[in-house]
Formats: sequence, C-alpha cells, structure tokens
Amino acid sequence: MDFPYIVEPRRDTGLYNAKLGIWLFLASEVMLFGALFSAYVLLRVGAEPGMWPHGWLNVYIGTANTIVLITSSITTVMAWVSCKLRQFGRFKFFHALTLLLAMTFVCIKSYEYHDKFMHYEITLANGKFADGHLIERSGDFDLAKKTGRVTIHGHEVDSEMELMDMQRPEARHIQLEEITIPATDIKKMERYGPWHHTYLAIYFTLTALHAFHVICGAVVIGFLWGPGSRMWKTDPERFTNRIEVSGLFWHFVDLVWIFLFPVLYLL
Amino acid sequence: MNNSMTMNSGHSPEEAHSVRGYIFVFIALLAGTILTVWASFIQFGSREINIAVALTIACVKAFLVAGYFMHLISERKMIYLVLGFTALFFAGLMGLTIWSTSPEGMVHFQHVP
Repeated sequence: MDFPYIVEPRRDTGLYNAKLGIWLFLASEVMLFGALFSAYVLLRVGAEPGMWPHGWLNVYIGTANTIVLITSSITTVMAWVSCKLRQFGRFKFFHALTLLLAMTFVCIKSYEYHDKFMHYEITLANGKFADGHLIERSGDFDLAKKTGRVTIHGHEVDSEMELMDMQRPEARHIQLEEITIPATDIKKMERYGPWHHTYLAIYFTLTALHAFHVICGAVVIGFLWGPGSRMWKTDPERFTNRIEVSGLFWHFVDLVWIFLFPVLYLL
Repeated sequence: MNNSMTMNSGHSPEEAHSVRGYIFVFIALLAGTILTVWASFIQFGSREINIAVALTIACVKAFLVAGYFMHLISERKMIYLVLGFTALFFAGLMGLTIWSTSPEGMVHFQHVP
C-alpha cells in the first residue's frame, strides 16, 4: 500500500506529510518548554529577596556550548543544501560534522553536570558556610559519626546570602584556597544538585530535557548519516525530505538553547 | 524551504546566494552570542534592563534561526496557521505567568482558601 504525499506535497496545503507532522510536533514542544519557562519565572519571582542565585554557572562554558550548537545549525542546513544539489559526499561531510558537534555539546554539558555534583555547600557548626569543590575526603570520613575530614577548594563566608550573587564585583575577587574541615565542625554538607536550590532544580530540569532532545536528534542524524542514507540510492527526494525534517527539529533544539543560555547563565 | 532550489547537480546563482545567506546568518548568530555575553557584564542601572537587553538579543537570534535556517520567512500558509495558534497559546501562558506575579495576581491567589 502506498501512502500519498510522502514525497510530493499535497496540492491544497503545499506540504508533504512529514513536514506537517514535524511542525505539529514542534508546536507541542514550544508549549512543553514554555511551561517550564513559566515555572522558571514563577520560581524566580517567588524566591526570597536576595536568595535567587546569580553567577553559579560558568559563562565561558555556556558560551562555548552556544557556539557549538549554532555551528551545528549551519552544518545541518548545509547538509540539506548538499542533498538539494545532489552532492552526496558533501552531505555526508556536513552531517558528520553535525553529529560531532552534537556529541561535543553533550560532553561539555556532562562536564558541567559533573562540576556541579562535585561542588558542595557546607554549613559549619559555628554558623558560617564553606563553599567549593571537593578535593578529597579522608578514608574514615563519616558525617553521621563525626569522623574524618574533607578538603575543598573554595572559600568561607558568614552568611548563605553571600553565596547567592557571585556576579557582584566583590565576588569576582574572592581568593579560592584549599580548606580542610573536620567532620566535627560540619553541621550539614550538600552537593549543588537539583535538591540544593530551586534554581538548580529548574536548571537541571530544563537543561536535562534539552540535552535529551540533543541526544535524540543526534540519534536520528546518526541514523540518516549511516544506515538510513541507503535511501539516497533508491529515493533521493524522499531522503532529502527526511534531512529537512530532522534539520527542522535540530534548529528547534538550537532555538531553545538561545533562550536557555541567557536565562540560566547570564541573568 | 527555499522553493527556488531544485534537485540538480549545478550551482545556480540563486543557490549560491542562499548559501551566502546562511553564512551571513551564522555570523550574525555568533555576533549575537558575543553581544549577549558582553551586555551581561554591563550594569545598565537595574537587573530588569539587563534582562530586557538579553531577551531582546535572544529574540533577534531566534528570528534568524526560525526565519532563515527553518525557512519560516517563506513558508506555506498551513505552517503559519499552526504556529499562529501556538503563538496564541504561548502568549496566553506567559501572560498568565506574568499576571500571576503582579500585585493583582498575588492578591487573587492569597484569597484562595
């Protein structure tokens, strides 16, 4: 059984099936991310004054990932142009680049996540706070039994609020040093995971969902670059349509990141 | 999609022009990214102005991606119809969000038992 409008567009809409399908899907995606952006606004506005973090993420890493995604967008569109021009070799080259850039994005994001999970806020028994990246914990370290010690690369502050705005001018001159803290001096020790602060909860939710989209897109691009590219020999026009549809999804992923980057890293 | 592009092996002037357009958009997006980062380090007087500047640049970048890379600038009416409804619901969602954070909205929520 042959399905109509797989390759040729329908006369009244001017669209082939997959193209209408991907746009309907992207419309639902807009609402999905829209709902999460709405949650971000509500969490931010509802935070206690001075308790919404700024400068907790590395701007340079975020910028690098933005450039990676923008570059992958042009390689995707160039892959589609190559198909249109019947240059299969060029298509393979540009799509391989896209795949490579997608993997680069995921690697950089993983490094960022790892960095956050190695970052600790330590509430000290004297009421102060130590904040920094874990270097090591002694073999006998047990917070419940109050044995052992941890060493972090960070700094100490008098109040938790001082840890919130790391973009303020004074915060940029903080000298980080190795601090060793015995377990007896520690009241509470918490990683910068999603449970630590509502900002991190929405950060991990939004970026993990976005990274999931990147991975799914990369799987599709990988398929079309590899085994799926066999269709080029039998039905090049349909294959070109597939490249266009996967490209539309990829550009949408880039579009979402264009808003995520300033909202989470800069503002 | 740029409908002028046809499946042939030659490089027509129009196709070359399209590629040049994509490269121009790519450079504009890179410049926009650098501008966003640079603007974030400047204190415009209040955080609200910084937010407005960053989101304005993001909107311009989004327009470039959607308009040129996704070819929305020359799409079919059906696509515009789908996206028109999406924009309507998205605006409604954001409108409700902003309203709920305004003093009127807060008062309304406080009265809910």
